[in-house]
Amino acid sequence: MNFPILSSLILLPTIGALFLFFTKDKEGNNSTAKYVSLFTTSVNFLISIYLWVSFDQSTSNFQFIEDRTWIEGFINYKVGVDGISILFIILTTFITPLCIISVNNSVKKRLRDFLIAILILESFMIGVFCALDLVVFYLFFEAGLIPMFLIIGIWGGPRRVYSAFKFFLYTLLGSVLMLVAIISIYWISGTTDVIKLYELGIDAKYQNLLWLAFFSSFAVKTPMWPVHTWLPDAHVEAPTAGSVLLAAILLKMAGYGFIRFSLGLFPVASEVFTPLIYALSVIAIIATSLIALMQEDMKKLIAYSSVAHMGFVTLGVFTLQQQGIEGSIIQMISHGLVSAALFLCVGVVYDRMHSRLISSYGGIVTIVPKYSILFMIFTLAALGLPGTSGFVGEFLILMGVFKDNFLVAVLASIGVIIGAAYMLWLYKRVVFGKLINSDLKSMMDLDRSEYFILTCLAIPTLYFGFYPDPLINTIEVSVNDLINMYNRNLIIK
Amino acid sequence: MENFNLILPEIFIALSIMFLLILGVFKKDSSKLIFNTSQLILLITAVITINETFSVNRVTLFKDSVVIDQMSSLMKIITLLGAFLVLTISTNYLKTFKLFKIEYPVLVLCSVLGMMVMISSNDLIVFYMGLELQSLALYVLATFNRDQLQSSEAGLKYFVLSALSSGLLLYGCSLIYGFSGSTNFDIISNQLNSNEYVLTFGIVFIIVGLAFKISAVPFHMWAPDVYQGSPTSVTLFFTMVPKIAALTVFIRFLYVPFLNLIDQWQMIIVFLSIASMLFGAIAAIGQTNIKRLIAYSSIGHIGYTLAGLATGTNEGIQSSIVYISIYIIMNLALFSCLLMLKRNNKYYEDIDDLSGLSKNHPLLSLSLLAILFSLAGIPPLAGFFAKFYIFKAVIEQSMFFLAVVGLLSTVVAAFYYLRIIKIIYFDEEKEKYDEDHSIWLKFSLTFSTILILLYFIFPSQLIDVVSRINII
Repeated sequence: MNFPILSSLILLPTIGALFLFFTKDKEGNNSTAKYVSLFTTSVNFLISIYLWVSFDQSTSNFQFIEDRTWIEGFINYKVGVDGISILFIILTTFITPLCIISVNNSVKKRLRDFLIAILILESFMIGVFCALDLVVFYLFFEAGLIPMFLIIGIWGGPRRVYSAFKFFLYTLLGSVLMLVAIISIYWISGTTDVIKLYELGIDAKYQNLLWLAFFSSFAVKTPMWPVHTWLPDAHVEAPTAGSVLLAAILLKMAGYGFIRFSLGLFPVASEVFTPLIYALSVIAIIATSLIALMQEDMKKLIAYSSVAHMGFVTLGVFTLQQQGIEGSIIQMISHGLVSAALFLCVGVVYDRMHSRLISSYGGIVTIVPKYSILFMIFTLAALGLPGTSGFVGEFLILMGVFKDNFLVAVLASIGVIIGAAYMLWLYKRVVFGKLINSDLKSMMDLDRSEYFILTCLAIPTLYFGFYPDPLINTIEVSVNDLINMYNRNLIIK
Repeated sequence: MENFNLILPEIFIALSIMFLLILGVFKKDSSKLIFNTSQLILLITAVITINETFSVNRVTLFKDSVVIDQMSSLMKIITLLGAFLVLTISTNYLKTFKLFKIEYPVLVLCSVLGMMVMISSNDLIVFYMGLELQSLALYVLATFNRDQLQSSEAGLKYFVLSALSSGLLLYGCSLIYGFSGSTNFDIISNQLNSNEYVLTFGIVFIIVGLAFKISAVPFHMWAPDVYQGSPTSVTLFFTMVPKIAALTVFIRFLYVPFLNLIDQWQMIIVFLSIASMLFGAIAAIGQTNIKRLIAYSSIGHIGYTLAGLATGTNEGIQSSIVYISIYIIMNLALFSCLLMLKRNNKYYEDIDDLSGLSKNHPLLSLSLLAILFSLAGIPPLAGFFAKFYIFKAVIEQSMFFLAVVGLLSTVVAAFYYLRIIKIIYFDEEKEKYDEDHSIWLKFSLTFSTILILLYFIFPSQLIDVVSRINII
């Protein structure tokens, strides 16, 4: 394969952004900018589908590798995909066009700049999932902060400045330690190439510290309890499209990082710190679920539920069972679809009523039936009802955890129950009940573009719920070999 | 017979200074002519430097008191080009303040000559001579806007504190001379006996003197006041050009005569570095004046440069030089933006004056965005790579504490850069600024911003040039 398909995936949105940069920024409805960005991201989506089709599922080797000298004798620009990363790339290219369609109603000012920020962010996000060199990974991982900071800060709500700063500084603080670790790995092993590091392994005596440094970055980004506090703030203040990208993709970078780097590079340390991860994940699942129960703001509730769901992901990753890791990946994909959809659902009612408080809604089921149905699908998917993708992920994770640690599994299952409670209660309070607020009577049902976006998200949610085979087939060999490599490196050291 | 070709740049620039002075005395209203000629002279000198000395590996002249090597050539070229750009982009500013006088370019040339002598010095006396030549010119430049109280205060403060540091430096030189019997770097290094504690005193005094010149904490007190009080064009000069020369001398002094005493001075440099990084980051948070903020941020950046020096390896030196080169480009870009904040013949320099800039001046604010994120060290901008090389060199010497403190202080520093970005992008807009900037100002801003943005595509080029520098 000579055509640099991954680089073109990374570069295409940036080229689109450059093109937008040279168009005029019209006030009001700037349809040119929208069509350009929609076109770019759709082409990107098609390319990524082509990538999936031509992807060889029978091997865990990295495919579509591009390897170029970047800094002489030091860093190579190296990208490639295996079964784990390809799904995240498709998730990214799938969610981004939907975000761009959704900006119709939510972004009023400086639409062109907003689209530029989203396109550049897409480039960086794809880069994170392709990178096969630690420095390249770090570069994309950190660079994503810049557009997200601007998206929250310029187009956000009333407390946007506080939230943007909190988001940026928290994440940066976590990441700089990872940079120290990356340079240290170069110092220890003489390379930052992930494939070579997989083969070489890293000296066991350094692993604990390096693992902690990577953990500090991923824990903030995931976000894990107790460094999750930036997430509700960022979600509440960000515009809908920003929340969607944040929940659907940016959070997944950390889960992906745990699988690719924490497990892959530091097996000895992972073994040591598994109890820590279990403890933090269980606390996250139970505590943030309880917090979510008490929320009055819909966006905040979904943000806390994200923390709980990501708690399941970290739990699954560190079970080191085939089911656990596969479940985590599917949970991440599913959460990407479902939380994106839920934020869009909140965005829909917010655009109409300009309130995110649960108490200002109620009894809208007869007024907006289409909305209510779609909202219900995603609510049920979020609580993990069988038949939705949320179930597959949670079930596999819990299966993996049961094999490893009974107590943790029981506690996590309690979290599932609370999760069902807050999601259903949210749905009940918003959609059912008596119609008290008379303003709601004039509320319009979904318009065409909203209907389209939510349907687009509902189809894979249900499809993968009933038939998760395409996902599992893609990741199975890679996960299996990852675990084998993990056990091999564990013994050698 | 000495090879005079190698010091042709210095000879040329010295003769030009005399010529320009005479021209200025005898020809009326010649300031424009002299400005243009001096820019030309700087460029010609840079070309001569490239031609005559760039391929020379290491040659010493005048009984080993002057050294021409890869580092000196590279640093001279950076100095000359920096001074050239400073002169070209500040003409409009000087005209507005009626400072467009013949003395200005002549003083700049004088200080550049002093710096070139410093850069090439291989002897304590030659080094001191160069240092004083550049300092004297800089004192006058700081007070150049003599009708303004702040400018006079800046010059006086700079003079008093700088004289104090020169005194300490001379005292250190005399101690070293007393114990080694020579002022020549090579001879000192041959005769060193590391058991002499008094030698350590000498080193400490010289390090203190040099730390004053590059404004490293705790010898930084002059910098904020001088930076704020001086005319902006002079501040630009201060933040860019003298640092290169002082850094070169710092490198040469630590690595040629005293490399064997690394145990003695390494702790001091590490302390200076950590103190500068932390203090620069924390003190900048509360500032309201951009020039004062830049002063603190430059203190922080000097801290990173010193971190590279503290390693005691060639890689560390190279990373420091890469850092200062990238820093100079970022600084040039930042000041170009600052010089564009003009409305009705008045220049604005408070951070609040940037409020909502992105609405009226989208391109200018986009450049500022790139520059500020780059200064904060966020990838993929040039500033990240600068920090990356430094910390790579530091970690390869297992100095993890320094690396972790340095990187944590980048997070603190990110806060005040973000604050400026917040004011530019998130706040309400004010009146428009003028847009009739000189072509050179626009050029330097565009050029440096593009360098910052696209550095990640060709990161090897700068390394290739710098990696030819081997001091040890």
